[in-house]
Amino acid sequence: MIYDVIIIGAGPAGVSASLYTKRGNLSTLIIYSDESSLEKAKKIENYYGFENGINGKDLYNVGIKQAKNIGVDTKKEEVLNVLVGNEGFRVITDKDEYNTKAVIFSTGNKKNKPNIKGIDKFEGRGISYCAICDGFFYKDKNVVVIGNGKYAISETNDLINIARHITILTNGKQAPEFRAENVDINTEEIEEINGEKKVEEIILKNHKKIETDGIFIAQGVAGSTEFAKKLGIITKQDKIVVNKKMETNVKGIYACGDCTGGLFQVSKAVYEGTIAGLQVINYIREKYTKGE
Amino acid sequence: MEILSLKGEEFEKEVLSQKGKVLVDFYADWCGPCRMMTPIIEEVAEELKDELKVFKVNVDNNQELAIKYDVMSIPTIILFENGEVRKTYIGVTDKNELINGIK
Repeated sequence: MIYDVIIIGAGPAGVSASLYTKRGNLSTLIIYSDESSLEKAKKIENYYGFENGINGKDLYNVGIKQAKNIGVDTKKEEVLNVLVGNEGFRVITDKDEYNTKAVIFSTGNKKNKPNIKGIDKFEGRGISYCAICDGFFYKDKNVVVIGNGKYAISETNDLINIARHITILTNGKQAPEFRAENVDINTEEIEEINGEKKVEEIILKNHKKIETDGIFIAQGVAGSTEFAKKLGIITKQDKIVVNKKMETNVKGIYACGDCTGGLFQVSKAVYEGTIAGLQVINYIREKYTKGE
Repeated sequence: MEILSLKGEEFEKEVLSQKGKVLVDFYADWCGPCRMMTPIIEEVAEELKDELKVFKVNVDNNQELAIKYDVMSIPTIILFENGEVRKTYIGVTDKNELINGIK
């Protein structure tokens, strides 16, 4: 089947969007995996309607229940990739693959970029956030993938038949269970990234060096920044750029909530989710039902 | 405005020997983000048609050019002026940012 809309992220923005799309008769799937910043908020006292405030985790869980109660499909899976498909988009998770006519990103304010000296300097000069986009430039070369989770493995798999050798560098985190002929795993912490015009080596905290032609950043769970790079969505300071209709520059892709920047407030996320939901209804009606 | 895709041997004449500004979009057919860049580049070419020439270079067919200009991620957009690199934009770039950077 093909969903009308897949919403990535189940915080206030994503759930609010789903309430409108589902009530607007669109088949709606929310995919969410890791924790929302809302869950970490002990008490929210500045959101309308809770006379004694509310615990962030409670609000988050109630939101997901509310979406389920009106018939929104939900999956607790990790999204590894979002690609342009023949019709609409393909969303690939750690468990399955889904097709959809529209996507709403409500992935929150995740910061996956590791804080490593040299990372900004070499962005686009050996540092990449998208194996499937930039792998081509590393044919028969040595590359490093920084990360240790499912997303890092997914990026490694996209490079395995292109690069000569891959080092998965966990930067002090636990080694993933993964074996392949041309892949090594190193759990040392990283000190800095060095090079003249482009990336040449990684210096580890134990003073050892890894010579490399390129570094793919795949730390933690992929967030809006990574998906934006894969799809060609314009970002500014790692936030998705949207217009007043919550549209990105890619037709059929919307974003709302913390991943668009601005105020990190529940009320702002709910507002943007509302707009995104309503706009997706218009988009689907105009694109798919006209002339039928 | 349709953008002409340059072959390696045309690059010297159309970009390096040109007086004034030339914008070059390094792309590949298999690159999803590059497709999102295409309409933006076309709009820039249309709006600034009196000020600069705009071309595309397919990195699949012109790897030596990609290597020469350190293109390691696509799309990469390079602004040349009098045959020399003046600015490089990596990744899909907003139209206004490009126009402001060119002017």
